[in-house]
Amino acid sequence: MNFVWAFVVGGGICIIGQLLLDVAKLTPAHVMSSFVVAGAVLDVFDLYDKLIDFAGAGATVPITSFGHSLLHGAMEQADEHGIIGIAIGIFELTSAGIASAILFGFLVAVIFKPRG
Amino acid sequence: MDEKMNEKNFEQTSKKYQPKPPYVMNCVKAFIIGGLICVFGELLTEMYIHWFDFSEEEAGNPTVATLILLAALATGFGFYDKLGQFAGAGSAVPVTGFANSVTSAALEYKSEGYVLGVASNLFKLAGSVIVFGVVSAYVLGIIRYVWQLIF
Repeated sequence: MNFVWAFVVGGGICIIGQLLLDVAKLTPAHVMSSFVVAGAVLDVFDLYDKLIDFAGAGATVPITSFGHSLLHGAMEQADEHGIIGIAIGIFELTSAGIASAILFGFLVAVIFKPRG
Repeated sequence: MDEKMNEKNFEQTSKKYQPKPPYVMNCVKAFIIGGLICVFGELLTEMYIHWFDFSEEEAGNPTVATLILLAALATGFGFYDKLGQFAGAGSAVPVTGFANSVTSAALEYKSEGYVLGVASNLFKLAGSVIVFGVVSAYVLGIIRYVWQLIF
């Protein structure tokens, strides 16, 4: 059942993105930025955690989870260190994603030739 | 007919003649490809939980890192851009789309050298995601922190 809900919820989030592209005529960069902000907003009310419990990777793989993880890491450190903790923790949960994007992006650019 | 062609009614008039995007078909494609990427992510998550003893919460990190590695490679081989033409938001919204934007920007500027080309332009497309993510998370974090202090 995990896989079914991951498919439905993940695909559903992509449909919202596609509608923003086609109907609202946003650029992909605008869609991705809006989704990150939306993920952070949903985390304020702990709604995104419920979605992750329900859909697993269907909620953690879309880019909305990036905004959720940013705020989540920030709040975890804020509980310990007060308001400075927000700055300490903001990349805590997302560092794996950003570090690997930088590393693999650079390595692929070194190894492969540009196409088209 | 004697209406003057100015910039405003040019946009309105030309809109009628632009081909309408196939809304339903695009959504179906985005749903299927986006859903399949998430199913693959779920598969990776379960693998990391059962074989590498990650907890359910921690398994998100290696899953995202693996997806980013695969998406970077697929971009290098030119496969991800073809998928993007087919799937639209289905390949852009998952975290693999983030990796694709980083890698394709790096590849595109390779001819300008590693420092001024690859490294400087790595976040040319993905930078907006990080900037808006951090700014919104920071503002919301402060609001939520103050809220918790008061109530």
